[in-house]
Amino acid sequence: MHIPDGFVDVKTAVTASALSVAGLSYALYHVRRELPLRRVPLLGLGAAFVFAAQMVNFPVIGGTSGHLVGGALIAALLGAPAAIVVITTVLVAQCFLFADGGVTALGANIFNMAVVAPVVGSAVYRGVYRMLPGLRGQVASVAFAGWCSTVAASIACAGQLAWSGTVGWAVAFPAMTGIHMLIGIGEGAISALVFFAVAKARPELAEATPALPTRSFVGYGLLVAIGVALFAAPFACPWPDGLEAVAAKLGFEHAAKAPATAPMTDYVMPGVGSAGLATALAGVVGALVAFGFAVFLSRLLVKNESASNKTTANF
Amino acid sequence: MSGIHFGHNHTPYAPEFRPTAGVRIPLAWLAPEWKLAAMLTLVVGTAIVPLAWWYWHAGEGLLLLAVILLGQVALKPLLWRVLWLLPFVAGAALAAAWHGPTGPGWPTVAARGSLCLSTVLIFAAVTPFGVLPGVLRRIGVPALLVTTMALMHRYLFVLVDESERMRRARTCRTFVRKRRWGWAMPAEVIGRLFVRASERAERIYLAMCARGWK
Repeated sequence: MHIPDGFVDVKTAVTASALSVAGLSYALYHVRRELPLRRVPLLGLGAAFVFAAQMVNFPVIGGTSGHLVGGALIAALLGAPAAIVVITTVLVAQCFLFADGGVTALGANIFNMAVVAPVVGSAVYRGVYRMLPGLRGQVASVAFAGWCSTVAASIACAGQLAWSGTVGWAVAFPAMTGIHMLIGIGEGAISALVFFAVAKARPELAEATPALPTRSFVGYGLLVAIGVALFAAPFACPWPDGLEAVAAKLGFEHAAKAPATAPMTDYVMPGVGSAGLATALAGVVGALVAFGFAVFLSRLLVKNESASNKTTANF
Repeated sequence: MSGIHFGHNHTPYAPEFRPTAGVRIPLAWLAPEWKLAAMLTLVVGTAIVPLAWWYWHAGEGLLLLAVILLGQVALKPLLWRVLWLLPFVAGAALAAAWHGPTGPGWPTVAARGSLCLSTVLIFAAVTPFGVLPGVLRRIGVPALLVTTMALMHRYLFVLVDESERMRRARTCRTFVRKRRWGWAMPAEVIGRLFVRASERAERIYLAMCARGWK
């Protein structure tokens, strides 16, 4: 999901950078206030851990392989503010050291992967964990949080590409989100497996998420909402936007050139009339499938809730 | 790109970036602040100037060539790295070609992408990552972020080696069907890596306190 150089235009880059700086400053403020001093080195080690974990390959079908991205996992293990700082550090190093993601797109990449993904992941993790208690619930929450964070980041990314005029929304949105709904399943599964391994080896590390008061979380939610509203909402909304409305009123609507025909114009679902409704339905069905998978995975991993307290499998 | 890529044995993070003592710094007479500023100017400029301004791109190309020659940058690893990352640029150009006449067009995207890519990689080749935390501290980046970055750089290769050791140990001790352990084993290694990283963080905290931190 790393956007290279030359993909986002000036307005998108500046907006995304401003949002990223705001998110990072807010996260640094929280970390400074709430993270105990003895856990400060864990931020650096956490960043090194994410870097190293991304290099471990997971075989997928036919010689391809995937790897962990880790936003939701690190948010579940360290809390959202620490995760924002950790993933930002990783992205900056990847950008300047390995040219992974463009310098001009750094703000956009940080917003998608270091702000949207951990915030969404952490919110989903806390919400689902409240419904499903116990280690089983924790593992299921991490899996679902991994899926949601990947999909949310991909939507923000598609919005930025479309807003820059690089790739049309009609291509970017179904392609990015569709692929990441599949990749998200893998991300969720790996996150859950890793989280379960940590919980087995050192249960207190899996418990040690610093609780963020709901009041502080509203700030992060607001930031993500503003970003998504700016990047994605102008395209996702079925009503004509301001410019189109003005064009229709003044009667020069037909003067605009018809865009090139895109290979996939909209999601089409049999029996559903409106395209917006079909997209929403596809999203809901995808989320339900992912949630079912998360619960199934947690049942598969945590065989017996009472026996899971014993430390097993030392190597 | 997050997620999927092809081939099993890729290592884009090659060993020549490892922090080694007494490493030769190319263009050492130029302060890293200036290198960083020049790189940012070139990349931002390339991303926004139209492709028709050919003298900008020609100038950038000449400057990069001069840096390679003056800094005696090793060409082979540099070329490998550019080649490794070019498919992403090509994919992006393809996506832009699909978009039709409203976008910047695929030649622009491809040219900008590969020029920016080369600029960043040449910058990385003449600037060891170890000097960047100092630069960031001097230009006023929050200390917490700089500490995090410095610690990440210090322990990144330690943890990579550790995960590789654990994977090897696990492989030579485990005699089960490969398919069954396909995902569970690497996940277990990553989980253990997190446990070890947090134990190490506690020791580092004690060491930092002993040296008068805070």
